[in-house]
Amino acid sequence: MSKMLQDELSNYETVIGLEVHVELATKTKIFCGCSTAFGAEPNTQTCPVCTGMPGSLPVLNKQVLEYAIAVGLATDCEITRYAKFDRKNYFYPDNPQNYQISQLYLPICRNGGVEIETEEGGVKTVGIHEIHMEEDAGKLIHDEWEDCSLVDYNRSGVPLIEIVSEPDMRSAEEVIAYLEKLRLIIQYLGASDCKLQEGSMRADVNLSVRKTGAAQFGTRTEMKNLNSFKAIARAIAGETKRQIDLIESGEKVIQETRRWDDTKGESYAMRSKEDAQDYRYFPDPDLVPVAVSEEMLEQIRAKQPEFRNEKMKRYKEEFDIPDYDIEIITGSKHMADLFEAATAICGQPKKVSNWLMGETMRLMKEKETDAQDLSFSPENLAKLIGLADAKVINGSVAKEVFEVMFEEDIDPEQYVEEKGLRTVNDEGALRKTIAEVIAANPRSVEDYRNGKEKAIGFLVGQTMKAMKGKADPGAVNQILREECRK
Amino acid sequence: MANIISDETIEYVGILAKLELSAEEKEQAKADMGRMLDYIDKLGELDTTGVEPLSHVFPVQNVFREDVVTNSDMREELLGNAPEQKDGMFMVPRTFE
Amino acid sequence: MSITDMTAVEVAAAIRAGKMTAVEAAEAMLARIEEQDKRYNCYVTVDRAGALAQAREVQAKIRAGELTGPLAGVPVAVKDNMCTEGLLTTCSSKILGNFVPAYTAEAVLKLKEAGAVILGKTNMDEFAMGSTTETSAYGVTRNPWNTGHVPGGSSGGSAAAVAAGECCYALGSDTGGSIRQPASYCGVVGMKPTYGTVSRYGLIAYGSSLDQIGPLTKDVTDCAAVLEAIASHDEKDSTSVERQDTDFTSALVEDVKGMRIGIPNDYLGDGLDEEVKAAVLKAAADLEGKGAVVERFDLSLVEYAIPTYYTIAAAEASSNLERFDGIKYGYRTEAYAGLHSMYKKSRSEGFGEEVKRRIMLGSFVLSSGYYDAYYLKALRVKALIKKAFDEAFAKYDVILGPVAPTTAPELGYSLLDPIRMYLGDIYTIAVNLAGLPGISLPCGIDKNGLPIGLQLIGDCFQEKKLIQTAYTYERLRGGFPSGKDQEINSPEPDEKEECRHE
Repeated sequence: MSKMLQDELSNYETVIGLEVHVELATKTKIFCGCSTAFGAEPNTQTCPVCTGMPGSLPVLNKQVLEYAIAVGLATDCEITRYAKFDRKNYFYPDNPQNYQISQLYLPICRNGGVEIETEEGGVKTVGIHEIHMEEDAGKLIHDEWEDCSLVDYNRSGVPLIEIVSEPDMRSAEEVIAYLEKLRLIIQYLGASDCKLQEGSMRADVNLSVRKTGAAQFGTRTEMKNLNSFKAIARAIAGETKRQIDLIESGEKVIQETRRWDDTKGESYAMRSKEDAQDYRYFPDPDLVPVAVSEEMLEQIRAKQPEFRNEKMKRYKEEFDIPDYDIEIITGSKHMADLFEAATAICGQPKKVSNWLMGETMRLMKEKETDAQDLSFSPENLAKLIGLADAKVINGSVAKEVFEVMFEEDIDPEQYVEEKGLRTVNDEGALRKTIAEVIAANPRSVEDYRNGKEKAIGFLVGQTMKAMKGKADPGAVNQILREECRK
Repeated sequence: MANIISDETIEYVGILAKLELSAEEKEQAKADMGRMLDYIDKLGELDTTGVEPLSHVFPVQNVFREDVVTNSDMREELLGNAPEQKDGMFMVPRTFE
Repeated sequence: MSITDMTAVEVAAAIRAGKMTAVEAAEAMLARIEEQDKRYNCYVTVDRAGALAQAREVQAKIRAGELTGPLAGVPVAVKDNMCTEGLLTTCSSKILGNFVPAYTAEAVLKLKEAGAVILGKTNMDEFAMGSTTETSAYGVTRNPWNTGHVPGGSSGGSAAAVAAGECCYALGSDTGGSIRQPASYCGVVGMKPTYGTVSRYGLIAYGSSLDQIGPLTKDVTDCAAVLEAIASHDEKDSTSVERQDTDFTSALVEDVKGMRIGIPNDYLGDGLDEEVKAAVLKAAADLEGKGAVVERFDLSLVEYAIPTYYTIAAAEASSNLERFDGIKYGYRTEAYAGLHSMYKKSRSEGFGEEVKRRIMLGSFVLSSGYYDAYYLKALRVKALIKKAFDEAFAKYDVILGPVAPTTAPELGYSLLDPIRMYLGDIYTIAVNLAGLPGISLPCGIDKNGLPIGLQLIGDCFQEKKLIQTAYTYERLRGGFPSGKDQEINSPEPDEKEECRHE
């Protein structure tokens, strides 16, 4: 970065607010009994309601309301005791009624916030302006052959909550910290899997810049199509620079919606004269108000899970594992679940933690797997620990088996039997192999006898190799030493 | 007539409502809408300070469905009315610029 | 007695008694439609094959004792804004000219459960927007009492079909008077139930907060029987109300002793035709003679009902009709340049004038900067109107008045001036705004030989009081001539455009 640009950037402050859409993990759509399962053939999960057939009417899925309230309670929001749905009117083919049922006037949650850790190590609260429930749109697929678009309404009517933050963030790091915090809370609640890549969590970035110390916000733009944390960071950097360049060259920032193209690293305006941006919101007469009673709130409160902080505290008390491990394990709801379930089966928290912190993390990195997507079962991890404890397999075989488990969630007991990976406990056979190794490596034996401790390692390696890894390295070591000293 | 509807307004409402009016229809629409709004302006005579807007006539609330899949595949029936379709989907003019 | 002279309940009784079969009943009706509907144009679609197949099926069930209800085997006509699976449903609009629904409206399903035989779909004002059935894309419907006059609307096809003996009864829908007013113009009984009593699932929406399906019948007994059959709590309609008192036929009792009846002075003022006024007051006097306590009172706010209604109904309609876009069903324009051009041309060519007028108005009153001044203001006035009715029903069991200021106008007259047409709804519209039940029944004939309607309005969920009062009046009044017997008075209609689907 040139000195000039750096100066320019440091004269400005970036002000960011987020609109985060989260697809809720319900079995059915928000207003009809169609399945939300992912990956079905186009339009096979549709009905008159979610395809906007004339005369069809919406009925609210209770689970959607409960999830929305649960997220609101977990983010310190006030729950609106009398909420309504409104229609947002705009024409687009992915929107079968040409209005989206959403909430404008009386959203279900308001005035909350979450705490994030700042780069300086401090804590900052990002305010949540509101959370509202709404329906997702269908999917448009471009058909190159016919030069037209095709509409699949399977996703139409999938429930969403939109979490609208206050413009409280000042950097990409804060934005990502906020998103990670939200994601964790929602995953802990089981309200969504929050996968950015698959679109079950989507973030639109509202960004403006102002001279450092200025009291008023600048004109903001809204950026869409951000599918990863990396894209979000790049888009924030790109848009910040674009706005500063505009201002520095005496031009004005226009309030508009822009689409981020991550491969090109630039955004462009999504403008159209047919887009009046006047949504004519009004209360949907087909839906009745939602009155949240004290009992309903109590029931949802009672069902709230143990969140990360409470979990960390409990782990410290219950399990003898390092604080660092606790932090990593509770950083993902799925990993924490794995840890607890495997520990419950095998009773060895330390060993379970070691597997998660060691091999699991290594493979996750290697295979670019998200913690939420770990597919091996706690039962199988516990079995693997059992096999190693009983010395049925040795440590390196265990790692080998784990790698297969990581990919395919095989039953390690069965796998070890099928592949013949059991450690050979036949001492006669072992002694015979060792005798051969000693005979074949006289120099190393000599070195060891002369005090070169390292030489024993080489001989152990040679023996393990000859045994195809299926020997207990401890036993090999012991016998080798005996034999060499003879 | 108190409400004069401008060309811009009729144009704008046409964009919102996705209606394209001929020059003659536009003039008629301007006159009709002006008259209707004059008529609706009668409501201004009433003092409604402190009156809650009434959307639903009865206090019906909390009507929910359980989160249970009840619908089966009816793609063929639903697509049956589409002016154009392809590969089990509704065909529309291209939406990407 | 010919089937065309019998009420629905009488036809069902004859079928149960084996004096007639459901198939014969359907055939008689179909023959009648064949013979004279070119003259009236009550139907958009006649489902001859479907009706006969249903009739055979229903007859078998009646024989087997599986169907014993008071409407089993009786042929019915359904307004063309209720979805019928596999049967064209047009809303009398070009934009739905080829729409065949994948499902059936809940109210129609209820009728089918009761053993009804559906003859076809009746003509209406396009998307129920109009008071004369002249805005239909499939030609006007003519009043059987005099074919030079309109049948009223928007359920004009249903009302005219009942009056002309082209069905035994019909379903209509009422958003601002669309059942009661055509019933009045055609000399039949029409009822708009309390909002939420009949499921709206499958009724193609005009003004969702106002729309309600109801019966059009030859007499009050049929009206009660049909309402009993179609009233239901439907989990698919969030605004559907769960009520226990839907045994409406139990209210067919000839007794109004002590019934408190209020006549709003506001309903007898300027613009009300003298003959209509006289007939309505005569009906009130008759009821008083039977022991009812009749009083005049000031309802207030009557003149604000129409602007309130047109704001709310147009706003809801502008949104409800957005789904007609040429993508999923219905009309798509031939030539277009891109998506938005396709939308605009399909909609502009597919919708008629009155529909476009209301969509434009509705889009405007909801648009940025006007929402509070128009839409919210109208919802506030609606609250005041509801309050005025609440106060009235604290004093009265039933409100009595005319249905419309005049009898059926001549064809073409109302179209000249939309606002004049809107004013014709002055006595019916507030009932929808307040969600109340209302019934219209014949109470006289004017000097032109056209029927005059009497309207009774009840408090929410008080249909039984209305039915009891209407039934008592009907017995007092005695038999009323049928529209089908008035043909002789009518001029020969001009050759009309033949748009009916068969």
